[in-house]
Amino acid sequence: MSISHAPPTPSKPAVSPAEGSGPELQPLVPASSRRTRVPRWLRRTSGPVLLLALWQLLSSTGVLASDILASPGRIARVAGDMVADGSLPAAMGTSLQRVAAGLLLGLVVGTGLALLSGLFRIGEDLVDAPVQMLRTVPFVGLVPLFIIWFGIGEAPKVAIITLGVTFPLYLNVYAGIRGVDAQLIEAGESLGLSRRGLVRHVVLPGALPGAMTGLRYSLGIAWLALVFAEQVNADSGIGFLMVQARDFLRTDVIVVCLVVYAFLGLLADFIVRSLERLLLQWRPTFTGR
Amino acid sequence: MATDVHRPVTPQAVHVQGLTRSFDGRAVIDDLRLDVRPGEFVALLGRSGCGKSTLLRILAGLDREIEGTVLVPRRKAVAFQSPRLMPWKKVWRNVVLGLPGRPERAVAERALHEVGLGHRSTAWPKTLSGGEAQRASLARALVREPDLLLLDEPFGALDALTRLKAQRLVGELWQRRGCAVLLVTHDVEEAVLLADRVLVMDGGVIAHEQRVDLDRPRDITDPRFAALRAGLLERLGVEATAADAA
Repeated sequence: MSISHAPPTPSKPAVSPAEGSGPELQPLVPASSRRTRVPRWLRRTSGPVLLLALWQLLSSTGVLASDILASPGRIARVAGDMVADGSLPAAMGTSLQRVAAGLLLGLVVGTGLALLSGLFRIGEDLVDAPVQMLRTVPFVGLVPLFIIWFGIGEAPKVAIITLGVTFPLYLNVYAGIRGVDAQLIEAGESLGLSRRGLVRHVVLPGALPGAMTGLRYSLGIAWLALVFAEQVNADSGIGFLMVQARDFLRTDVIVVCLVVYAFLGLLADFIVRSLERLLLQWRPTFTGR
Repeated sequence: MATDVHRPVTPQAVHVQGLTRSFDGRAVIDDLRLDVRPGEFVALLGRSGCGKSTLLRILAGLDREIEGTVLVPRRKAVAFQSPRLMPWKKVWRNVVLGLPGRPERAVAERALHEVGLGHRSTAWPKTLSGGEAQRASLARALVREPDLLLLDEPFGALDALTRLKAQRLVGELWQRRGCAVLLVTHDVEEAVLLADRVLVMDGGVIAHEQRVDLDRPRDITDPRFAALRAGLLERLGVEATAADAA
């Protein structure tokens, strides 16, 4: 500690402003006025567009050979041709039909089993253990068995999708039912609801968020299962187009098919989002408005 | 108990005799006796864990693991500490939930008006404030036109101002409806403010009973009010001086 002989300075700020005036004030600008004028969707799309431009640049300068990966321009042209000659819409129709059939079957089986084991103790004892065992088997591994059982027609493809869809739905609907707030059940009882009324007015609506999560998972898995199913012994559909294109080294067609898969996936996601917006608007945590 | 099947001579809204409820061999309620007259407002005080909420759940018919005689009206309703509205139902649908038949919306709307929530009948429960949600829960109880209204610390989670308003509302509703009320609370002032009779539960039985004969609406600053409050606080094991200083 150094002791100075200077007179003790009063506890004032080092740079003391004129007597009587307060500290220097700084204006706080409202956040909205600092924002850029560029709308958000434009900023969000600029990343992918830049990536596409880079890809086109690499292709046209010859850095990216066309038999490794076709250029975006060429892919767009090929996609136009495939739509014009009807091969792409036909393939998409076939694939969509398979997904729809598999999804529908999986929805019925998955939610049916979940209701059985979620609502009834005896159902839980009978259903839950086998389902938990089966779900650990990778469903893609069952493709050979399904071909032996169902032949090489539509049945094994739909069956694979059904199988893939069933388990995530079952798990989430079951967890949703069992996760319903016990306090609400008790409140329902105190209001004089019967067992059926409790299920209808309390348990099922309470399980809906879980069911929507399950639906989202199973849609993702449905596309995955479709790709697997269509690459084995298919003579139509998007997967078939891809296998054919591989044999002719047509990377442009392969990419077109991948893009189609991506868009169908986006479409499915949009459908689930819309459903959630409609059915889950009561949720306090819901922010997707 | 085979001897207690006969009905009591005077009319009663609640008749409980020899009630015992045990959790894992420990009797939380032990040979309890309780009578409530029709239209009577009874407050039940007690330290936390004394079994007062358990008693309310038994009277509500939500807990049946009991021994003894419990007679309650067929038409009874509960308002819990948290409003327990179904978040997936609009307010008015919550109010009529569980009513027999297909109740009309006007039925719900009348009850909501009575608690001052007529303008929120089509709102989602998530948009209600704490006080509004509690009033909706009260409307849900009242729409059943109960002969016995069971209130389980319904003001416990409300802020001080909202609580005052809600207490006044319950007092008014009770005077208009004339149903018997059993209010479980840990707030001595609230009990003295609202009840005809204050019970203190301890050791699994009603350990103390205090009539409140003050005129309504009651004045907290009335010295008789303070005396009653101090007496009850002492019964609950709180020093009267400490409470008065606060």
